[in-house]
Amino acid sequence: MNDFLKGLKRVGIKLGFFAITVLTILLLPIFSLIRIIEKIFKAKILYFDPKKERNSVGRYLIDNWIGETYQAQNNRVFVYFLFPALGAFLLFVALPFIQGIYFSMTDWTGLNDPSFIGLINYKTIFLDYEFGFSFLRTAIYAILNIALINVVAFSLATLVTQNLKLKNVYRAGFFMPNLIGGLVLGYIWKFIVDKVIVQMGGVFSPSLLINGNTAFLSLLIVVTWQYAGYIMMIYIAAIQNIPQDLVEASEIDGANSWQKFRNITFPLVAQAFTVAMFLTLVTAFKQFDTVISLTQGGPAFVLPEWIGNIYGLNLLPVVQSTDLVAINIYNEAFVNYNMGIGQAKAIVFFLILLVISLIQVYYNKKKEVEL
Amino acid sequence: MATKKIKLVFLEILGFILLLVFFSPFFVVIMNSSKNAIEVKNFPIKLPDNWFQIFDNIAEIMGRDNINYFSSFFDSVVITTISLAAIGVFSAMAAWVLVRTKTKYSLIIFMIFLSGMVLPFQVVMLPLVRLMQTIKDITGIQLKASYLGIILAYIGFGAPLSVFLFHGFIKSIPMDIEEAAIIDGCSKTQVFFKIILPILKPIFVTLLVLNGMWIWNDYLLPILILGKGGDIQTLPLSVSVLAGNYDKEWSLILTSVLMAAAPVVVLFLFAQKHIIKGMTSGAIK
Repeated sequence: MNDFLKGLKRVGIKLGFFAITVLTILLLPIFSLIRIIEKIFKAKILYFDPKKERNSVGRYLIDNWIGETYQAQNNRVFVYFLFPALGAFLLFVALPFIQGIYFSMTDWTGLNDPSFIGLINYKTIFLDYEFGFSFLRTAIYAILNIALINVVAFSLATLVTQNLKLKNVYRAGFFMPNLIGGLVLGYIWKFIVDKVIVQMGGVFSPSLLINGNTAFLSLLIVVTWQYAGYIMMIYIAAIQNIPQDLVEASEIDGANSWQKFRNITFPLVAQAFTVAMFLTLVTAFKQFDTVISLTQGGPAFVLPEWIGNIYGLNLLPVVQSTDLVAINIYNEAFVNYNMGIGQAKAIVFFLILLVISLIQVYYNKKKEVEL
Repeated sequence: MATKKIKLVFLEILGFILLLVFFSPFFVVIMNSSKNAIEVKNFPIKLPDNWFQIFDNIAEIMGRDNINYFSSFFDSVVITTISLAAIGVFSAMAAWVLVRTKTKYSLIIFMIFLSGMVLPFQVVMLPLVRLMQTIKDITGIQLKASYLGIILAYIGFGAPLSVFLFHGFIKSIPMDIEEAAIIDGCSKTQVFFKIILPILKPIFVTLLVLNGMWIWNDYLLPILILGKGGDIQTLPLSVSVLAGNYDKEWSLILTSVLMAAAPVVVLFLFAQKHIIKGMTSGAIK
């Protein structure tokens, strides 16, 4: 009986696919083609009498699809022009997203046929100290990352907006690391940390990537190196937009460099600061490539005992030091093969990013009102 | 005046030192990809004995079956260019009809696109892989490990931002131009391809840069759809294959890193202005 239902479901899905394909990809274009042929040969192949066709498919086709009216032409163009982008988006982004909400409530392992188990996965990840730590780690990482990148980027931007001879070379140079993908950069730095810096001895030997804290620090430095040039460009644009007469007026009033910076540059660059902050925040949360090649999420790291007690563990809780959320989701799904749990984690991740984005939109709107 | 000059010289020197610090990782890479395996292992900081060793390393990488530099370079180029062209044209088409057709449907569809901008890839990736398998079972169309699958996926993921940016730009184009063209006898399709698309050039370049950087350097989508070590490989994938399989052969890994990064850096040197403008103006919107 179950097999019969499953078979029926499969046939249903097949028929659905077939119907959609026939309708959108074959039928409407064929009508359009017929219309073009009619136009070229000045003949009537598919003839609908507008007077006879009332409240029928024929009437609809005349008015909205194959007819000569401006409205019909408009409708055809609307559908055909929208179809490629919207189709790809709905098929590969929207549909998997909706499926994903369902899969997050199943016992899906990637090999079985998922069956519904309710909110158990969400309960599991809520009680999973590794995931909790991963979120906390990502938050710490994001905050440090924002601070470090913005400070470095802003300093670089103030430097290269001075009247320097080689300022364009500097700008391009600082921007350069951004061109290269995170994965490739991760390998470069893995070599540097593991093989080159180690030779200096002292704190740097054994490799910084072996210890949890220093590995985390290395990751921060690498990402700052990669990303600071990009954020610098945003600040440069903002600094260059500062009206020169304001600066001149303050000079006439006798302001020194610090006062100029404090009272003119900084307030006028504040808008760019919000943009840069949210940009770094979102990228920090989505960080994946660089971590994969630099540390693979590793090295292991022992948490203090009281955290284990909260979760009621007998053993000391061991976590991965650079196990950011994106890495954690990937590993849960493709290393542990707990696709259902991985999907639930991804949904939680999505909700948090959604909140961040909404705050960002709110802030930007508020700023616009003020200006 | 003199103090100001001294200050500028000081800043110039500071900038130069910072530039050297920023570039030092690249020096290390170039230096060490010009060494053989033993030299890299024993003396990673020393200047190479023979700079021409780099050509031997390149030749070695070209020769390796599992890396297939040429074929993965070719795949990367094909995937990136086709996806870029498709994202650009299709999103512009969609954005244009969404702006010019003022019905509630176009508003709803635009909102659907906008909501796609918030979705992180992680929330979609697991069902996506399954969906591609399902589509193959039902229709027989191979989407996993094929150009078609990855390009369609890039169109889907690239569309929201591109539609959003095009939408904003098209709104500022006066309707009069289109009406004039229609009176002169253009069909709607001709209006788009002959009038609107040329006007969109600046924002088109911005999107080429933004999407191009993303697609060329992307790792997660290719590894899920193409898989490591399959027939179709992008450059980041083949670098990761090399780094995974021959963990100790740093001279080769660094050479391949250099070869993967070189095309983008060369492109940057030629189109610096466009790339910087594209990446920053895209971010601010």
